[in-house]
Amino acid sequence: MSRLLPFFAFLLLATLLGFGIWWNSSHDPTAVPSPLINKPAPAFALPKLDDPAQIVSKDSMLGKPYLVNVFASWCFACGQEHPVLMAESKQLGVAVIGYDYKDEAADAKAWLAQHGNPYDMVIADPSGHTAIDFGVYGAPETFLIDGKGVIRYKRIGPLTPDVIAQQLKPAIDALQKEAP
Amino acid sequence: MGKALRAWVLLMLIAIAGVAMAQAIDPLPFRDHGEELRFQHLTSELRCLVCQDENLADSNADFARDLRHKVFELMQQGKSDAQIKQYLVDRYSDFVLYDPPVNTRTWLLWFGPLLILIAGGCVVGYTIRKRSRADTVAAPTDNGDDW
Repeated sequence: MSRLLPFFAFLLLATLLGFGIWWNSSHDPTAVPSPLINKPAPAFALPKLDDPAQIVSKDSMLGKPYLVNVFASWCFACGQEHPVLMAESKQLGVAVIGYDYKDEAADAKAWLAQHGNPYDMVIADPSGHTAIDFGVYGAPETFLIDGKGVIRYKRIGPLTPDVIAQQLKPAIDALQKEAP
Repeated sequence: MGKALRAWVLLMLIAIAGVAMAQAIDPLPFRDHGEELRFQHLTSELRCLVCQDENLADSNADFARDLRHKVFELMQQGKSDAQIKQYLVDRYSDFVLYDPPVNTRTWLLWFGPLLILIAGGCVVGYTIRKRSRADTVAAPTDNGDDW
């Protein structure tokens, strides 16, 4: 028995190593868990991209759930995510708000004109100050906010068909079930 | 003459180096040197979330600059270091802190090494005891020929 002890110790370490490899390949090790889930979204008041005179605020969005998709024309991964949004944003069942993050208005407009606009509305945050309140540290990021203004789901990184089907859709369905 | 010139050049070089260091990342209008030191200490304890192996003070990332400015702004509002850290933790979780607090999610991180040490100590203790017991039993019959 005591001769087998080093073998068991080795087996334990090998299992630990295997678990570590599995964990890191199935999870994004750089993803930061958002402490804002199930907390009220921060107050914001941002101008519309195509009409800066109009200000969209958290209060003006209350009542119905909506999705906030943080993007930028300079963001490479947003380009990968964009076709997915083009295909699926209208079938999500909630308003999809584009959040143009630290971007030149002209660049963002050109980018949307070139690749298509999947958003019901686009708001602009050229300084990125409001984004700090949302805990944004990169793009793309996506927030699902319910009718009471509470953040219910957050995705860091591009939305893919799998992520939408397995995570976002169930979260939206759950919201719509509790709404009536 | 030569000596004076050399001293002059040296003085200029020191002055230029001083300016270069002060402007190294981005200039912020600090009220005094104490405030600047406090700012540097605070940002060196905060993680840049884009480039996760760098702290806020050293990072050149655009996002790190935004957060540095936010920290500066909060300092100007008279917030304490603890309040500023809490502000960032509320938005970016404990992950922004290089010094993680002890809580239910981090107790393994803090006390895991101690557990391993205790486990290793138990194995060593058990082995020594067993060997010394084997020795005392074996001693009377052992003539020392093996050695």
